[in-house]
Amino acid sequence: MKHQDVPVLQDEPLMRKLPRRAFLRYAGLGSAGITALMLAASCHKDHNNSPAAEEVNLGSGDVGILNYAYALEQLEAAFYTQVVQTPYSGITDMELSFFTDIRDHEIAHREFFKAALSTHAIASLQFDFSSINFSSRSSVIATAKAFEDLGVSAYNGAGVYLQTPDYLTLAGKIVSVEARHAAYLRELVMTDTFVDTDVVDSNGLDLSRKPSEVLVIASTYIKTKINASGLPQ
Amino acid sequence: MNMYRIFRAIEEIDPEVYERINTRREAMKEFAHVGKKLSLAALPLALGALLNKAYGQSNTSASVVDILNYALTLEYLEASFYSMGAAQGSALIPNSNDLTAIQKISADESAHVNFLKAVIPQLGGTPVNKPNFDFTANGTFPDVFSNYQTFLAVAQAFEDTGVRAYKGQAANVMSNSTVLQAALNIHSVEARHASKIRLMRRVNGFSNSVKPWITGNDTGGIGAVVQPVYAGEENTVQAGVQITGIGGLSISASAASEAFDEPLDMQSVLAIASQFIKS
Repeated sequence: MKHQDVPVLQDEPLMRKLPRRAFLRYAGLGSAGITALMLAASCHKDHNNSPAAEEVNLGSGDVGILNYAYALEQLEAAFYTQVVQTPYSGITDMELSFFTDIRDHEIAHREFFKAALSTHAIASLQFDFSSINFSSRSSVIATAKAFEDLGVSAYNGAGVYLQTPDYLTLAGKIVSVEARHAAYLRELVMTDTFVDTDVVDSNGLDLSRKPSEVLVIASTYIKTKINASGLPQ
Repeated sequence: MNMYRIFRAIEEIDPEVYERINTRREAMKEFAHVGKKLSLAALPLALGALLNKAYGQSNTSASVVDILNYALTLEYLEASFYSMGAAQGSALIPNSNDLTAIQKISADESAHVNFLKAVIPQLGGTPVNKPNFDFTANGTFPDVFSNYQTFLAVAQAFEDTGVRAYKGQAANVMSNSTVLQAALNIHSVEARHASKIRLMRRVNGFSNSVKPWITGNDTGGIGAVVQPVYAGEENTVQAGVQITGIGGLSISASAASEAFDEPLDMQSVLAIASQFIKS
């Protein structure tokens, strides 16, 4: 254990930062009203009904982060939809069953963000999967593994930018499912690689990536141009 | 945990706090009374109950240090468990690939313990001591270190609980982005562990239905003894949005519940963990 790797932390007791009214609200607020909060959070134009766009703007603040997540979920859902539609040769029953589960999870995530963002949601993205050989097991599982690890690092990196506690919890509900996917897919590629050093550091902490790093990697597969200028860089 | 400091802080923010309970004296008396009967590890539970009375929601005022000590307690539990399991070697874990996996998880959990022990003093806190554990849970799992099936069942319960515990506290450490970042980065590692343990149970034939993800509130064939770990995981409504059949698509209730892991509050997590804590 290398203690010098541990960052210096500042003591910020939760309550000292909160005025009384905020504290009472924080103490009493459940998850109710979250959709209303989402609606009030931004005032971007409605791109929701156009099937595809030349460029999408993620927006800023919490809406920007949620649109960023929505974009990544669109990518994953489209990929797994293709995987299940045209299974690679030699796929086992358990693999097909688990890939079908994963597809449904990613579709659920995508549709959730679309519904929750409502009029603030970006349009549907267009994808380019020409670099993936869907009939090859190794191509599919390597890509799936990369997408899942990317998703985990993306959520881990974006969580600290969220201002609304309920959104943070929601992102948490999704990222652990992505991590479950990631570990399973890493095990498909090679056994006992579920926490290898390319994803987990010597403190036992998972990787985080900034939105700019994630979008560069994802852009290989996304045809639609994504404007992320409103996001923390 | 300095209770007076916590009470003072609450008073500063909300001078009428004791009208919500009774009087300050009553509150202190009540707490001292409860505190005498409880171990240190259970104090957050008692505090949570008191605040619950005042504000109708638990855990609202646990400080970042308290939350990190809570995390440390859970990491001690996991680290000790895997360390003892791995020490049994092939006598417990016949498959060498599985033994490697358990050793890797053991190393991660020990790293989490060391990390938290290093972080807590930087926030002015004192790391809690390692509790004494009873991994048989008072005889519920008598063969936990001699029967691989039992060992993996307990491991699954610990990992799935750990994921829920970190998730449940993320919003409570938002005031310190460095702590939040670390908590998120541990949280997803626990989920990787959970996935691998569940896959190992499936591949070893200990359950013919368990998957790397949690379906409904299903225990994955372990049974009622770990049911509290999965309470609420069957949720299919997120932020008011029904996920089953969302967008007119054929998303089943099972898939809808699997797609979102649910948080668990400190009280419920400690109730699970305390079954394995002697003192």
